[in-house]
Amino acid sequence: MRLHINGRDMEVADSAGERRLINFLRDDLDLTGAKNACDIGACGACTILLDDEPMKICIKRVKDVAGHRVLTIEGMAAPDGTLHPLQQAFVDCGAIQCGFCTPGMILVAHAFLLNQPRPTREQIRKAINGNLCRCTGYQQIIDAIERASVHYQEAQPPAPAPST
Amino acid sequence: MNAAEGKSWRNDAHAKVTGRAKFTDDLKFPRLLHAVPVYSDFVHARILRISTEEARKAPGVALVLTAADVPGTNCFGQIIRDYRIFADDKIRFHGDVVAMVVAETRDLAIRAAALVRVEAEPLHAVLDPEEALLPGATLVHEAHGSNLVNTHRIRRGDVAAGFAQADLVIEESFRTQTVEHAYMEPEVAVSVPRPDGVIEVYGSMQHPFSTRRFVCACLGVPLSGVEVVGTPMGGGFGGKDDTAAIVCARTALAAKLLGVPVKMMYRRDWSIRESYKRHPYRVAYKMGVSRDGHITAVQCRILADGGAYCSVTPWVTWRSTVQCCGPYVVENVHCDTYGVYTNNVVAGAMRGFGSPQMNFVVEQMVEIAATRLGISGVEFRRRNMVRQGSVTITGQRLDTHKVAMAEVLDAVLKEIRYEEKLARCSHGRAEGDELYGVGIAMSYRGVSLGAEGVDFCAAIINVQPDGSILLEVGVHENGQGAEAAMSLIAARELGVGLGRIRYRRASTSTVPDSGTTVASRGTIMGGGAVTVAARELKEKIAEAVCGRLGCPKGQVRFDGETICGGPGGGTISFDEAIRIMFQTQCFPYVFGVFRAPRVSWDEHTGQGDAYFTWVYGCQAAELSVNRKTGKVRLLGAVAAHDVGRAVNREMVRGQFFGGMAMSAGYALHEEIRSKDGRITNTNLNTYRIPRAMDLPEMTAIIVENPDPQSPSGAKALGEPTNEILAPAIANAVFHATGRREFSLPIRTMPVPEDEPEEDCRL
Repeated sequence: MRLHINGRDMEVADSAGERRLINFLRDDLDLTGAKNACDIGACGACTILLDDEPMKICIKRVKDVAGHRVLTIEGMAAPDGTLHPLQQAFVDCGAIQCGFCTPGMILVAHAFLLNQPRPTREQIRKAINGNLCRCTGYQQIIDAIERASVHYQEAQPPAPAPST
Repeated sequence: MNAAEGKSWRNDAHAKVTGRAKFTDDLKFPRLLHAVPVYSDFVHARILRISTEEARKAPGVALVLTAADVPGTNCFGQIIRDYRIFADDKIRFHGDVVAMVVAETRDLAIRAAALVRVEAEPLHAVLDPEEALLPGATLVHEAHGSNLVNTHRIRRGDVAAGFAQADLVIEESFRTQTVEHAYMEPEVAVSVPRPDGVIEVYGSMQHPFSTRRFVCACLGVPLSGVEVVGTPMGGGFGGKDDTAAIVCARTALAAKLLGVPVKMMYRRDWSIRESYKRHPYRVAYKMGVSRDGHITAVQCRILADGGAYCSVTPWVTWRSTVQCCGPYVVENVHCDTYGVYTNNVVAGAMRGFGSPQMNFVVEQMVEIAATRLGISGVEFRRRNMVRQGSVTITGQRLDTHKVAMAEVLDAVLKEIRYEEKLARCSHGRAEGDELYGVGIAMSYRGVSLGAEGVDFCAAIINVQPDGSILLEVGVHENGQGAEAAMSLIAARELGVGLGRIRYRRASTSTVPDSGTTVASRGTIMGGGAVTVAARELKEKIAEAVCGRLGCPKGQVRFDGETICGGPGGGTISFDEAIRIMFQTQCFPYVFGVFRAPRVSWDEHTGQGDAYFTWVYGCQAAELSVNRKTGKVRLLGAVAAHDVGRAVNREMVRGQFFGGMAMSAGYALHEEIRSKDGRITNTNLNTYRIPRAMDLPEMTAIIVENPDPQSPSGAKALGEPTNEILAPAIANAVFHATGRREFSLPIRTMPVPEDEPEEDCRL
C-alpha cells in the first residue's frame, strides 16, 4: 500500500495496514512529534493532517491513511529548517510551555487557517476546542494563531467584491 | 527576537514547534523492553498470594516482578516511608501496583499482565476521612497505630475573647473535591544500564534528586550508581514527584536485573488510577466580626483526606494552616488541621499545595461577613488585609519586602471596572434566563518551601575558552520555561548576549541536590543561585584582568561585554578576558549557592516566620449562570500578581493564564469521582479539564516589586495564579444567583446521583 507522508512517497507492506498509525509513525518512521496521551481520541496530542484535515491518529490504523496526503509536525518547517510562520508565531507569542500539545495544536490551527484565514478569536477557540492544553489556558495559542493568520490571508487574497 | 526586545524567548521553543523535542517516550535504545504495571481490583485487602507463573510463560515476556524481587528497600516516602514500589503486605487503594510485567512490546506486556492472579482477603475500606478518625476505625497502616497522618495547629491570642468582642459570628462548612493534575504527558520512564555499571534514568519527573534517592534505595546501590537525567517533560503541576519517582525505580530495577534498557509508558487510565491527586478538604470555619468590619477571631477545623499513603500531606496541610485566614490580620486564631489516611486514591502535591482549598473558604467567608454587615466585600477586605509592617496570624512581621496587597487589589478592580459591574449583578433576578455576576478573590502566599525544609539551590557557570557559556542549575524544566528564565537571569547579571549561553540540562551526577522544582521556587531559588554564581564570575574575571587593565581589582567595571579599568584606564572585551583567564589557569568556572534566609516555626503554637518572603495576588471573574440549565459561562477574568521581577514576560503571562485556567476547571468542571474506592472517570473524555471554549479572554497585570531578599529580584508565580480564581468564580456565582456555593466543583443545579459520565470527546 502507498503512503504519502510529509511530501515523501513510500510503499509499505499491506500487512502493516492493521497497525496503529501512531505506533507506525513514531516507531518505524521516528516521527515522534505526534504524542500518545489518552489513546482514545480525547485530547488531540496525536493530531496529524490528512489531506489538510485534522485527524486524531491514536484511534486510527495505517490503512486509514493509505493513498492520502499526511502532514505531521515534522513536515511543517521548510526543508532548510526555516519555521513556518505559524510555528514562528507560536514561538513569538509564548504559546509554548511544556510543548506536549504543541504539535497537535499547530497542525489543527494550520488546517483551520487554510480554510478560514480571517478568523475571529471565538472561531479560533472553536477550532482548537478538541485539543487539550493544561499549561497555557490557550490564550497565547489563540494569540499566535491570530497573528499567523496574516500569512494565510496573503496566500489567499479576499475574493473580489461582486460587481454590481 | 528575544525577551529583551519584549518578545518571548525560550531555549527549547524551536525544538518544541518542530516536533524535534525528545520527551521520554520518544527516546529509543537498542534492545529496549517495555514494562507495564499490574493492578488488582481490591481497594483494601491483605495479600495472600500473587501468582505470576502464567504471565511469565506468556509470549514475549522477559520478566515479571513483585515486591519479593526488590533487592533494596520496597518502602519509600519523603516524610513517612509507607509507599511501596510493589504492594507487599496489603493493597491499600485501587491504584496499588502488585507486579510489573516486562516484555518485548508494550502490547505483549499488557496481555501478560492480565494473567497475574492476586489472592487476597478483602478488608473494610475506609473511604470517609471522618470515619477514619473514629475510635476503632479500620487501620490503613496498622504499624502507624492510627489513621491520623499529622496535625498542625495555630494558637494565637484568645479566641474566646475574640468571639466575645464580635457583633456577629458566622459559621459555615465547606467541601472541596479530589482533582487530577492532568499533565498532558502521562508518567513515563526509561532506565538504561551503562557499561560502567551505572543505571541511567530518563523520566517525566520534576525531582531528579528524590527520584535518584528512591531508585538507589530500591536497587540497594549508592547514589553514584544511578544518574537521573533531566528530560523534557510534558507538564507536572506538582504531580510528578512521588508516583513518577516510583515509575522510574521500577524500570531501573528491571533494567538492572535484565541488563537491557526498559521503558514504562503509562496509559492515561493507569495514570489517573495510580497517581496522587489534590487533597479533598472539609473545612468548618467560624469567623467573628465587629460592626465596624474587623475580624475579631477565627476558629477553624481542617480535615484533609490524604488517601492511602502519607506522600507530602503534612507539608500540604501546613501551608493550609499557615494561610488559614487568607491575607487578613486576625489577632485571635485557633486552627486545628488533620491529615488522615483512607483507602482512597493518594493525595499529594498539586500546584497551590493546600492553598486553593483554603482560599475557596476564606474568600467566601469575608464576603459573607461583609454582606451580613451591610458593607462591601472590597471595603471589608481593605479593613482587614495585610499592609506594610502587618503581623501575620503566625506572628511574622511583613517588613522585608513590599507588601503589595492594596496594589494588586486596586489594579484588578480598575481593570475589570468592578464597582460598575457589581451594580449590574442579577442576585437571582433577571429578565431572561441568564443571570449575571462578577466576583473577586485575593491571597497572599508564602514563597518557596518555608519552614517545611532547608531551602537552597546551586548553579554552575562554566565559561568555555571561546567565550561561550555553559549554565547548569539545580532546578528542573517542568515545561514552565525554567531553563529560559535561568539563561535570561545569567545573561542579564553577566551583561552578555543571550546567544553566548547554552543551558546544560542538568543530571543528578553533575550538580548538587538542590531540592525539588516545586513550591514556585524555581525562579527565586534557581535565579538566586545563578545571580550569586554570575557575581562570583565577575569577581574572578576582575581579579584575572585587573593587572592588564592597570587598576586595582575593585575598580574594574562591567559595561555589557566590555570590561573597563579605572578612570581613564583601558578596556578589554569579554572574549579577551576569558582568553587571559585560560592562559593564566584562573579558570572561569564558578559554583554559586543561594541559601534562603532563615525561617522559623513552633509546631506547638503554630507561630513563627513561616516563609522568608510573600507574594500578593488578586483575581476577578465575570460570568453568567443559566437559571434553567445551571450552566456557568465565564465572560472574562482579570488577574494581578506581584512577581517581584518579571524575567520572561510572555512566560510570566503564560503562568497567569495557565493557572487561571486550572483554577476555572477546579471551580466548574473537574472532579475525580469514585465508586466504592474505585475511580470511575479515568480518561480525559470523562475527567473534564477546561477546553478553549470553556475559557474567557483573560487579562494579566504584572506587578513588579523586586524583592531585596531575592538576588535576582524575582519571586514566585506558578502557584499564586492557580489559587484564587475558584473563589472569585464562587463569589461571582453568588452575585449572579443570590446563592452561596459551599462545595467544589460548583453545581448551581443538583446533579442526579446516577447521571452517566458525560463523554466530552470531540
